[in-house]
Amino acid sequence: MQSYLPIAEVSVSVFLLLGLGTTVGILSGMFGVGGGFILTPLLFMIGIPPGVAVGTQGNLIVASSFSGMLAHLRRKTVDFRMGLVLLAGGLVGSALGVRLFHLLTALGQVDLVIKLAYVLLLGIIGALMLVEALVALKRRNAKGGKVTKRKHHSWVHGWPIKMRFRTSKLYISAIPPFGIGVMVGILSAIMGVGGGFLMLPAMIYILGMPTKVVVGTSLFQITFMSAFTTVLHAIENQTVDMVLAFVLLIGGVIGAQIGTRIGEKIRADTLRILLAAMVLSIAIKLAFELVLMPSELFSIAY
Amino acid sequence: MIRILLALFLLASPAHASEKVIAGLSQNRVAITANFDGTGILIFGAVKREAPPPTTGPLDVIIAVSGPERPVVVRKKARVLGIWVNKESRTVSSAPSFYAIASTGPLPKILSKSEDLRYKITIPRMVAEKAAADGLSNIDEFASAVIRIRQHNGLYTEKGGKVNLADQTLFDTQIALPSALVEGDYKARVFLLRDGRVIDDFSKTIAVRKVGMERWIYNLAHERPLIYGLLSLAIAILAGWLASTIFRLLKLS
Repeated sequence: MQSYLPIAEVSVSVFLLLGLGTTVGILSGMFGVGGGFILTPLLFMIGIPPGVAVGTQGNLIVASSFSGMLAHLRRKTVDFRMGLVLLAGGLVGSALGVRLFHLLTALGQVDLVIKLAYVLLLGIIGALMLVEALVALKRRNAKGGKVTKRKHHSWVHGWPIKMRFRTSKLYISAIPPFGIGVMVGILSAIMGVGGGFLMLPAMIYILGMPTKVVVGTSLFQITFMSAFTTVLHAIENQTVDMVLAFVLLIGGVIGAQIGTRIGEKIRADTLRILLAAMVLSIAIKLAFELVLMPSELFSIAY
Repeated sequence: MIRILLALFLLASPAHASEKVIAGLSQNRVAITANFDGTGILIFGAVKREAPPPTTGPLDVIIAVSGPERPVVVRKKARVLGIWVNKESRTVSSAPSFYAIASTGPLPKILSKSEDLRYKITIPRMVAEKAAADGLSNIDEFASAVIRIRQHNGLYTEKGGKVNLADQTLFDTQIALPSALVEGDYKARVFLLRDGRVIDDFSKTIAVRKVGMERWIYNLAHERPLIYGLLSLAIAILAGWLASTIFRLLKLS
């Protein structure tokens, strides 16, 4: 069954879109990441114009994160104060990112920047996470299941404008979480991602937040920031396809529920290794695409 | 003087002027609905004559359907520091978003070059002509990239021998419009040829329009983007919340 997408102006199989949505939803629920970094390249592949893929992505991320966020709210694993600081940064970053996306599209370099950003970020983060998770796993096995101690003070904690984050049991400067929010906001707007893959490690390794509240808090931030990005893309670029988003999100919300259940059953360390492996493999695939000679040197745009 | 020349010219080609083409389309409106999956248009017609068909050379028919013309930016990748980057770019000021040609025989055989130049019939002529007007230095490379990519996507097609011609009088063909159709006015052209020369032509417009839901969404997105953005969010959040609630109830029961 085909569906004509009014904004993308292409016709795509509904079942293909549903399948994509569900797969990405499962990942989203499991890891607390928006899953956009997988869906964006997949949408390019099935022929959705890059602008529309990125613009619509935000809408979809809102839906899949929203149901995930609700699940975490019920389990009280959201740090609202931290979430709001991250969100404030996210909105600033998003506004900057939408402008930047506009500019890069006009220059014809948007694909390249997106891919380079993916390779760099995913490569670095994936490698770091993998090493960290493997070390943690090894240590735990050696000490017979003892959980490694969390560092309570890192170099960024001493900056001014200190705030108390009760849920996270932290008393740290508000600047680092705000900065992380800005970064994530920019990425959200130009890469069509929720930014969870960047925010999660940053929250764990830079802010030192407990793993328990990390996923819920990031979903909280992602939900509202992506909502903002979607509206900006709709106004600035008219690249939000309601029909595309709706079909993808039907799959996405179902997948997210399944994923949250799976995530509850798997140990946090194993989860991190899985996520690291996935992030790394996408980075490697994209790197190859940039380095290998493309079969078609030319590309057309309107 | 010009009138005399014109009269002489008309007198010089009486055989050709006596054959006229009459054609019709199975539909002159295409509605893009939510489950639009491409469509076919039957183009048919007849050759009208006041005298028996001349015996000079074979009769041929070319049928072309073209989509709305839009500017196209063509970019060429080059290797920079080991990675492939869009480097050169050219704008072809207008190329049809869709172009399908069907004919009674292979185009190079039935259509002379000069007639192709005059009527802009073949695919390279449609795109290269525009590129030349833009003053591109290396037309071939960039214009042919447009053609190659669009042929690959099934947007430009050329099918020799796809037009059925019966008794040198009746003809018909089926032109397939793909699912990824751009909105606008499409033009169907029918050319009647003898000895590689166009002796008559006919053209008609096909209106391709989004209708119903598709129309409404498209208009809203472009005319009231803020409301559109908020509405799409509301739908997304509602769906997310609904699904989550349903799953929770399922789990509780």
